[in-house]
Amino acid sequence: METLIDIVLLGFLVLTALAVAKMHDLFAVVMLSGIYSLLSASLFLDLDAVDVAFTEASVGAGISTLLMLASLKLVGRFEKRTRYRPMLALGVVLATGTLLIYGTLDMPHFGSAEAPVHQHVAPRYLNDSMEEVGVPNVVTSVLASYRGYDTLGETLVVFTAAIGVISLLRVSRRTKEEEKQKTPADMQQQIILRVVVKWLLPLILIFALYVQFHGDYGPGGGFQAGVIFAAGIILYTMLFGLNNASRVFQPEHLERIAALGVLLYAGVGIGCMVLGGNFLDYNGLSHDPVHGQHLGILLVELGVGLTVASVMITIFFKFTWRTVKHKYVKKR
Amino acid sequence: MIDHLPILQVVVPLLGAPLCILVRNPRAVGLFALLVSTVTLLISCTLLQQVLLNGTLVYALGGWAAPWGIEYRIDYLNSYLLLLVSAMGAIVLVASQSSIGGELPRNRHMLFYTAYLLCLTGLLGILCTGDAFNVFVFLEISSLSSYTLISLGNDRRALTASYQYLIMGTIGATFIIIGVGLMYMMTGTLNMYDLAQRLPEVHNSKTVLSAIGFFIVGVCLKLALFPLHLWLPNAYAFAPSIATAFLAATSTKVAIYVLIRFIFSVVGPVFANTVLPLQEIFVVLGVSGIFATSISAIYQLNIKRLFAYSSVAQIGYMILALAIGTPLGLTATLLHLFNHALMKAALFLAIGGVVYRVGSAQLSHFAGLGRQMPWTMAAIVAGGLSLIGVPLTVGFVSKWYLVLALLENGWWPLTILVLISSLLAVIYVWRIVEWVYFSSPRIMIDEVKDPPLGQLVPIYVLVIANFYLGIDTSLTVGVSKKAAEMLFGGVF
Repeated sequence: METLIDIVLLGFLVLTALAVAKMHDLFAVVMLSGIYSLLSASLFLDLDAVDVAFTEASVGAGISTLLMLASLKLVGRFEKRTRYRPMLALGVVLATGTLLIYGTLDMPHFGSAEAPVHQHVAPRYLNDSMEEVGVPNVVTSVLASYRGYDTLGETLVVFTAAIGVISLLRVSRRTKEEEKQKTPADMQQQIILRVVVKWLLPLILIFALYVQFHGDYGPGGGFQAGVIFAAGIILYTMLFGLNNASRVFQPEHLERIAALGVLLYAGVGIGCMVLGGNFLDYNGLSHDPVHGQHLGILLVELGVGLTVASVMITIFFKFTWRTVKHKYVKKR
Repeated sequence: MIDHLPILQVVVPLLGAPLCILVRNPRAVGLFALLVSTVTLLISCTLLQQVLLNGTLVYALGGWAAPWGIEYRIDYLNSYLLLLVSAMGAIVLVASQSSIGGELPRNRHMLFYTAYLLCLTGLLGILCTGDAFNVFVFLEISSLSSYTLISLGNDRRALTASYQYLIMGTIGATFIIIGVGLMYMMTGTLNMYDLAQRLPEVHNSKTVLSAIGFFIVGVCLKLALFPLHLWLPNAYAFAPSIATAFLAATSTKVAIYVLIRFIFSVVGPVFANTVLPLQEIFVVLGVSGIFATSISAIYQLNIKRLFAYSSVAQIGYMILALAIGTPLGLTATLLHLFNHALMKAALFLAIGGVVYRVGSAQLSHFAGLGRQMPWTMAAIVAGGLSLIGVPLTVGFVSKWYLVLALLENGWWPLTILVLISSLLAVIYVWRIVEWVYFSSPRIMIDEVKDPPLGQLVPIYVLVIANFYLGIDTSLTVGVSKKAAEMLFGGVF
């Protein structure tokens, strides 16, 4: 049965990918890419990789679809016709595909317990992590402790992306006058949506906090929590306008929070060094090593959450301000 | 404290980047970034000294021993490159204090310095680590921040250039991660030295073969090996001069390091050559790259583009030397890697000085500058001489070792080709000299003079290094030889 589900999901993935390549309506392409992510998330779920599935669903199907839609507002809905026929690109794609398929020929069998990945480092993660790290969710203990340094790097990648977007959208700082300018949201008139969102928003934010602090026990953690939190704020912004949203989240403060998240993560590492351990060796954070691990993971996940949430909100604000500016401010 | 140096090398700029956002003030942010990069340089000097005294340093991140955790491993090879990257990072930042004002509006300074320190963090992280996946993570940091640095250029075309680089760079990074993923699938480990021990067991599998293929193609995209170099000329030409100087001196060099590390420390040179005709591929691409791009350089009208093409040609020399497959050849690669960084940093900083005063890097705008900007032009000529490989410069040292390595193998036709290709460098450098010294100035205004001392000093530090290290080669040749012997000895 599982195999059948896998095959069906993979088949849908291929169809979606082909449709994306074929279409010129970018709105449809963005929607399809959201569907693609949701399908992959289901596939991961079927493979019992719940954490990956959760991340794919919240990041791939959720926030990145939103951000792509926001950028469509800037660039327009339809792809421009080009006469260029990318035969070279097709050649490269075919060669890559061939090499990938060639690579599968000697792979260990699907789901085989004898596969090297299950034989070498994984057993220690599975057997000893409860004793060494004390976190029931093994994924979290690998992500935040055994390979915590990679996660610091990933957080820095998110931060770097924000720096890139901020500097690319060459928006000069808003003047006092521009800030006062009323910039109603496009969906201002949608009363039903407004009411629903008012009810939904606290729930979304509480869910984000739950995901943030429950990552040790079930699927979740800073990355997912950050994007869920950001999605809530973005939803609010879409219905109530940038003015209202940025009264709470001022762009400059958001940038600072993104920086503070990275600093918190790396700061925990430095703290561990000061207390006599290696960088990110949480054992030294408390008299009891496992307790230290708990504390360390809690703090670094908080750092991740802060950075991810503020980066996503910043990016959305930048896009929105750009569209709003064209529509309202320039008209005067 | 000494024990923690390997991680401090990366964590200092890593903390510096977000702190830039908190500092915010344009002037202060520049000085702060300079302070951070100076500390980074001091750490790398101490690390090199430690490695030369005590051998390889190992640091387990999070206290977890490899292969369960991630480890940093500093040996001759990466401590040598750490010194290069952090030195270039610091020297370029000295020049940026005055030059950045000419190319970027004040409200972008903070973003520029943040992206700069992020790029430095990424490059140093790639160099330090002994973990294949960790390489990818820091590669992403350095790549994303380089795209940002390039897109900050004044010219609108900087955006297209950055976009082109983004697409090519992302394909490269994807290939690298596919390679790492397939290797993990076959061995169950991500640690490079653990991989080196476990890969031989599965050598014959098609999966490992395609993993190696993906990884090498991905890295070659990143290091701009001909014909995968198409992103590089525009990126270098339209980025702010400071960013060009930094990227030209470091980023392709680090990619070459990744290639060397992968071939020698992970796969093993013997195996890499038996499964793939790497030697033949590298010789052909190296030599054709040297000629094709040197000839393109001759026809360029923008001097930054000219030197960008010349950079691709120099990468050709490094890859050719690598393909020889002897310790002497590898020494030549490592020497040229270091020396080329010195030349290009000096050249691009000097061009940055011209852009600061004249506002353009078009060759025609260099007319008669020899009289108006004597010191800057002298620096460009000195860098050019080093590029050609005139004796007493570093360029001569690395070409000398390349020729020795080629002759040692009896590859004399290639030796002749290398010597002919140097003549192409003479032509493009001469074109600049002709414009600079033998044409009448375009405009005679007093404002066109040498850039402020804040820029001239770092330029001349690099020019002097070009000559000093061309005469006293004990540091560069000494460490390169040790690194090459270590890699061929298979001792980690």
